Amino acid sequence: MYNKGTIIPGLILFVLFVTFPIWANGLMTAGDLPKPELPPGGEKQCVMPAEYMRANHMQLLNEWRDNVLRDGNREILEIGGKKYPKGLQMACLQCHSEKEKFCDSCHTYAAVEPYCWDCHLTPKEAGSKEAIH
Amino acid sequence: MKYAFSFLAVIALVLIAWLGSQIPGMQYLFGVAIPYLAIMIFLGGFVYRVVQWAKSPVPFSIPTTCGQGKSLDFIKQDKLDCPTKTSEVVARMFLEIFAFRSLFRNTKSELHEGPKITYESSRWLWMAALLFHYSFLVIVIRHMRLFLNPVPHWLQFLDFLDAGAMLQVGAPLFYATDAAILLGLLFLFGRRLVNRNVRYISLMNDYFPLFLILGIVTTGILMRYFIRTDIDIVNIKELLVGLVTLSPVIHGDIGSIFFIHVFLVSTLLVYFPFSKLMHMGGVFMSPTRNMANDSRAKRHINPWNDPTIKPHSYAGYEDEFREFMVDAGIPVEKELPPKKDEE
Repeated sequence: MYNKGTIIPGLILFVLFVTFPIWANGLMTAGDLPKPELPPGGEKQCVMPAEYMRANHMQLLNEWRDNVLRDGNREILEIGGKKYPKGLQMACLQCHSEKEKFCDSCHTYAAVEPYCWDCHLTPKEAGSKEAIH
Repeated sequence: MKYAFSFLAVIALVLIAWLGSQIPGMQYLFGVAIPYLAIMIFLGGFVYRVVQWAKSPVPFSIPTTCGQGKSLDFIKQDKLDCPTKTSEVVARMFLEIFAFRSLFRNTKSELHEGPKITYESSRWLWMAALLFHYSFLVIVIRHMRLFLNPVPHWLQFLDFLDAGAMLQVGAPLFYATDAAILLGLLFLFGRRLVNRNVRYISLMNDYFPLFLILGIVTTGILMRYFIRTDIDIVNIKELLVGLVTLSPVIHGDIGSIFFIHVFLVSTLLVYFPFSKLMHMGGVFMSPTRNMANDSRAKRHINPWNDPTIKPHSYAGYEDEFREFMVDAGIPVEKELPPKKDEE
């Protein structure tokens, strides 16, 4: 083999680069799985089945946002005898009242930073704002 | 028909993964066994190919020179295109690898009436190649968020930039690199169909990786934005983190589109070391790029020379054959010594 001095370090670098996730995970610790906390009020029913919500909630919320803000369609949904106005604070956060224990647990795990909170307030923040005024 | 066959091959792979992953228990084959096998073949094959190349001697000093070589003091040397020092070679290689400098020089030849041939520079190939390769790199790095727990901040920042470049379109946010890699791929494929010179020399093994990567990109985009049934990112990340911590588990149902995506990526990994895609390693090993043009200053010794064969100078050659040369009337530099017993 010729030029060992450059080729072998090059190959080692390449293998380290490809196996990056293996040693970057602190070697063999899978870390904790997220445990989103269910609504403290004990609610069991949502606008859609849990399976659907797990995979598609972001698309549903996006659709609601477009309906309400762009088309002015504030129709109130009635599902299973319960009324849900389209809105993050008005519907979702009524039951899932703790964003930090519900939304954030999976979002942090999957490194997703939704821009909901650019405009919306979490119930905690909203509470502290009201206290100031 | 070369492209139709490659296309069908990719469709067959999709069908295998789609139908296969629906059989109970086969999720472990497509989600665990095949990816492990693929990454091992990829690493082993890659190292093997590079070592094979490194074992082949370079008999001659053959750098491609594309500019003025080092000459007299008042003639300016083109240091990047005709390097004589290692530092200049490193700079040349750096630009080749990161900016595809030789593609930038791509020309298009056209035959006009006359007949007259014209050449003009054609940089679309260079642009599409840059677009494709850099998007692919960013996409691969971005995927690390599914393998790392916790996710490092720089990775989140990259994600933020990539989605931010598209001004927060859609949900989940649409990535700029998804659009860029599709554009790049479609150009690289279209070029092989439209440009008849390139179409003539295109082979199965040019079309197949294009379709394969197109398949990977398409299934990835479909999975993220459109076919989201059972695409629960927490289950998927649990499997992928499990893969890199060597304790994979599959919890709950994961949609078939995920297994199709992973199967195509595994195919790419297995195919990689044995195909033209090895230009990833080959670009470093190419003697026409990584040698300095210093053959006048330093003698390049062919490594496969037999050490028992000594150099044979012209003077030595004439000494050996002088008599025969004089006999045949060939001029010699040194005449035969005068014969003594000539009377």
